[in-house]
Amino acid sequence: MEFPRPALPLAALSRTSGFVVGALTAALPVAMYAADASSTQTPSIFDPRSTQTTEILAYSTLVLGICAVIFTVVTALIAYAVIRYRARPGDDGREPAQIYGSNPLELAWTVIPVVVVVILALVTARTIVDLQIDERPEGWMPVTAIGHQWWWEFHYPEFGFTTANELHIPLSDSTSGRPTFLTLESADVIHSFWIPRLAGKMDVIPNRTNHAWIAPLETGTYVGQCAEYCGTQHANMLLRVVVQTPEEFERWARAQQRPAVDDPKVADGRATFLKTACINCHTVRGTVATGRFGPDLTHLMSRATIGAGVATNTPANLRAWVQSPDHLKMGARMPAMGLGETDVDGVVDYLITLH
Amino acid sequence: MSTSVQTHTSPRLPDRGRVGMTCLIITESAFFSIFVVGYLFYIGKSQHGPQPADVLEFPWLATACLLSSSATIMLAVAGLRAGAMARFSLGLLATMVLGATFLGFTAMEWRGLIEGHGLTIRTNLFGTTFYSLVGFHAAHVMIGVLAMSLVLSLSLLGHVEKRHAERVELLSWYWHFVDAVWLAVLASVYVIGR
Amino acid sequence: MASIDLPSPGTQASTWTSPGREQWTTVLHSWVTTVDHKRLGILYVGCGLVFLLIGGAEAAMMRFQLFFAQNDLLSPQVFNRFFTMHGTTMVFFVGMPIIIGMGNYLIPIMIGARDMAFPRLNAWGFWMFLFGGLIFYFSYLGGDGLYAAGTAPDVGWFAYAPLTGKAFSRGNSTDYWVLGILISGFGSIAGAINMITTTLSMRCPGMTLGRLPLFVWMMLIVSGLILIALSPLTAAQVMLLFDRFLGAHFFDTQAGGDAVLWQHFFWFFGHPEVYILIIPGFAYASEIIPVFSRKVIFGYPIMVGATCAIGLLSVGVWAHHMFVVGLGKGTAIWFAAITMLVGVPTGIKIFNWVGTMYGGKLHFRLPMLFCTAFLFQFLIAGLTGIMLAAAPFTWQLSDSYFVVAHFHYVLIGGLVFTIFGAIYYWFPKVSGRMVNETLGRWHFWLFTIGFQMTFTTMHVQGLLGMPRRIYTYPAERGWEVWNQITTAGVVFQGVGVLLFVIALIHALRRGEPAGDDPWNAWTLEWSTSSPPPAYNFAEIPEVRSRRPLWDLKHPDDPDWKYE
Repeated sequence: MEFPRPALPLAALSRTSGFVVGALTAALPVAMYAADASSTQTPSIFDPRSTQTTEILAYSTLVLGICAVIFTVVTALIAYAVIRYRARPGDDGREPAQIYGSNPLELAWTVIPVVVVVILALVTARTIVDLQIDERPEGWMPVTAIGHQWWWEFHYPEFGFTTANELHIPLSDSTSGRPTFLTLESADVIHSFWIPRLAGKMDVIPNRTNHAWIAPLETGTYVGQCAEYCGTQHANMLLRVVVQTPEEFERWARAQQRPAVDDPKVADGRATFLKTACINCHTVRGTVATGRFGPDLTHLMSRATIGAGVATNTPANLRAWVQSPDHLKMGARMPAMGLGETDVDGVVDYLITLH
Repeated sequence: MSTSVQTHTSPRLPDRGRVGMTCLIITESAFFSIFVVGYLFYIGKSQHGPQPADVLEFPWLATACLLSSSATIMLAVAGLRAGAMARFSLGLLATMVLGATFLGFTAMEWRGLIEGHGLTIRTNLFGTTFYSLVGFHAAHVMIGVLAMSLVLSLSLLGHVEKRHAERVELLSWYWHFVDAVWLAVLASVYVIGR
Repeated sequence: MASIDLPSPGTQASTWTSPGREQWTTVLHSWVTTVDHKRLGILYVGCGLVFLLIGGAEAAMMRFQLFFAQNDLLSPQVFNRFFTMHGTTMVFFVGMPIIIGMGNYLIPIMIGARDMAFPRLNAWGFWMFLFGGLIFYFSYLGGDGLYAAGTAPDVGWFAYAPLTGKAFSRGNSTDYWVLGILISGFGSIAGAINMITTTLSMRCPGMTLGRLPLFVWMMLIVSGLILIALSPLTAAQVMLLFDRFLGAHFFDTQAGGDAVLWQHFFWFFGHPEVYILIIPGFAYASEIIPVFSRKVIFGYPIMVGATCAIGLLSVGVWAHHMFVVGLGKGTAIWFAAITMLVGVPTGIKIFNWVGTMYGGKLHFRLPMLFCTAFLFQFLIAGLTGIMLAAAPFTWQLSDSYFVVAHFHYVLIGGLVFTIFGAIYYWFPKVSGRMVNETLGRWHFWLFTIGFQMTFTTMHVQGLLGMPRRIYTYPAERGWEVWNQITTAGVVFQGVGVLLFVIALIHALRRGEPAGDDPWNAWTLEWSTSSPPPAYNFAEIPEVRSRRPLWDLKHPDDPDWKYE
């Protein structure tokens, strides 16, 4: 029993596959970009704004391209078999020729994939070596990011201050600035640091130190969030990264270094804040509040959001938050303090002076 | 396909007891290897409390008991195969005594660790990994001794005959496996870990 | 099909009839105490399908929650429990029992044996599985424990440490997760030992290893994988129980324990588990595609070889689930390369199935429809698998909806589609009745369209930066429209599955009688009556080739001349 010569349109396929692949790989990002048009916040991986994510995209496009070629060829084979070899009405009912196998063919579809895999593995190895940086290179700005249930703490050792949930970093293009090197630690369970347009994921693991780096190419605000399930409010462990020009960043950092504003007009609220359990978890630099379990509030009002991005930082939202964090973020670790109405007003009045 | 029994050319198929026991041993090995890996991984990572080098003695006698019990069970199986019931019962009894003695040594070692050094499963990583690994092995020894006591009782009641040699041999496979696990435990806990 | 004199099954009791009077207590008693591999197979698959409906309902609830940004249909706690229950249910209480149940039913008949090697162990395995499932779902009632915290487990189906530690998971919900899987795991291991022993020791005369149906070969390899993969999970879960009940520190990061160690242990089980679940899908396709193409399987030896290769490689790729935990560069490269290598034997299989169809006469009856969709969908699953093996790409894709899309393409597009195909294929054998083709086709098209809507779009959410396991998302992310398409697909899938259930019930009640061999097939199960008698074969058959019934039907041109 001999194997019938395959009458496959291989030549035609190879001619068209180039177009198909081109179209597919082009269409996908375009579709993504169309989705972006509705919202500037979409953290699409096809819209990178850092050295690392741009490189990842270039590599990913290659992988996508190879997969698109394979997809096209095999789908065509399946479709051809399905259409060409359907049992027709009026079939004579005889069994078709029984083909038990073909060594040359089977060898071919073993060897060709092996070659593809070897090429892909080499490119992958090269990309990993290029993009994974485990030690801080000279001159890069160190920042320590600590994951908590369910918020982010950022510590700037060069400047000696701590902030939360909104990471400010300087631009780092060919002309100015410097890249940021992040040391990732966890205070409780595993989290994952991910800002799709600026940095690929890196897990944040208790008892272990990981690293990530960002060399942003364009100023602006970028969103991301915890990418490893970490408990009840995993969904609201959001991240914002503000990329600034080196000068703006320097200004912001100098402002953050200053101790908290001490406005005598809100002395009552301040007193309430300092004598309740608030200070067990929060730090306000320059006061007795030195807790580390919750976000540093020294410059609370310099941040655009509260509750790790769950609400915008307005006095009304702050008040709702202080009164009952569960209301905005069910299951949040911060307890409702059970303050009276006047005390809540006082504390919120105090907090909104913390510029 | 022919259904006629005349052309019966039965291939020699492996005995299902042997295949089943081999599978059980494979899966048990996978189970123990995780505990061994856990032990090796945590060597030297305890933050406080007793360290292996301070408190562990090399268990010469216990090892001697367990290893020699592999030989006695082989004698027992050979005895059963030959139909020598006395040799079989004696061999089995010796194996059980050796196994029980091994358990006794383990008990003494644990007592010393718990009372003398205050090392329990919750003390530190060493305690956690040590008691789990050694404990699971000891539990397997215990199961083996219980199974053998069952066979011995049946034998004394006259229910075990020469034709059961195959099944008793399977029990001996299990026992050899428990022995082999001990060698792995010995190597990781008392040699590498110390 | 020419009329053939097959051995008459005689008057023995069959699967569905019980001895004595047909009172419901008698029937129930006979099913509960059964050690017949066919009844146990039916019980396994039946219970698996019930769990499928439960797990599917949980998934549907999650999708309705995600239909709108900032939706408040489900609280975060309820949502987190649903995805934990959904994932665990689908893997351990749907996938495992169905594949073991199909193996249970078919392996002995396919190799010409009268039962499994250890019938009572077989029954024990089934009840272990069922009790495991019941304990797992009992968490909804018992999870409060003495600490009054938590009900069902909410730690995710891979339960990463230290979220599972006493400090972060109060109450007993996590313990139910551990115990449910642990106990059903003993059942799976018993099932695997039984399948291996049956295959090696119970074959009928002439049934050499080289003549085993591919189904049996693949289930043999799956069983081997269960042996070496499931007990490491058992070990890791025992460690977790020690942590939670005895105060041990295996995964206690505050006492120096390592959270990543759990991941290594879990995925050392977890990745082979993927192949444990998908190779049976290959097994069904390898039986169905040849019969409905009217051709012998293309390249039997290389199919066996490729399955062995997948089995071997599968135990060496686990850390590709961990590309973002901070592996060293060398480790990452190693695991990426080995993972990509799995694509080679998988590709061989796809090509061989297409090679089987090539030159055949394809009859698109229900089983073949599902298998054709499987080919296409599994191709996509394989390719997204290659993308996820490409470590730097996975720095972006890991833990995003892209991953969710990928493994649902594997487990639904691959496994569930072939399970539906297999049920339609073997249902006439098991029940003696045909399934209504029209109902089945509605099921196929609705389910396929729904599946594509749901899971093709999920890739997009992932590429747009949406992480998995979030119960809500901000409106301005631009994910809402994609989530709405995804959720809409669920409705189609739901109606499809409903039609599937109706089709089966309809067939049981008033399906056309099937006869012994409705598909004109070639393996031994079609040589006995439908349903088969209690002892399967009145006389033990003897075989000379891989397709004994082909030899019988074509005495002038038998298979054994060519093998």
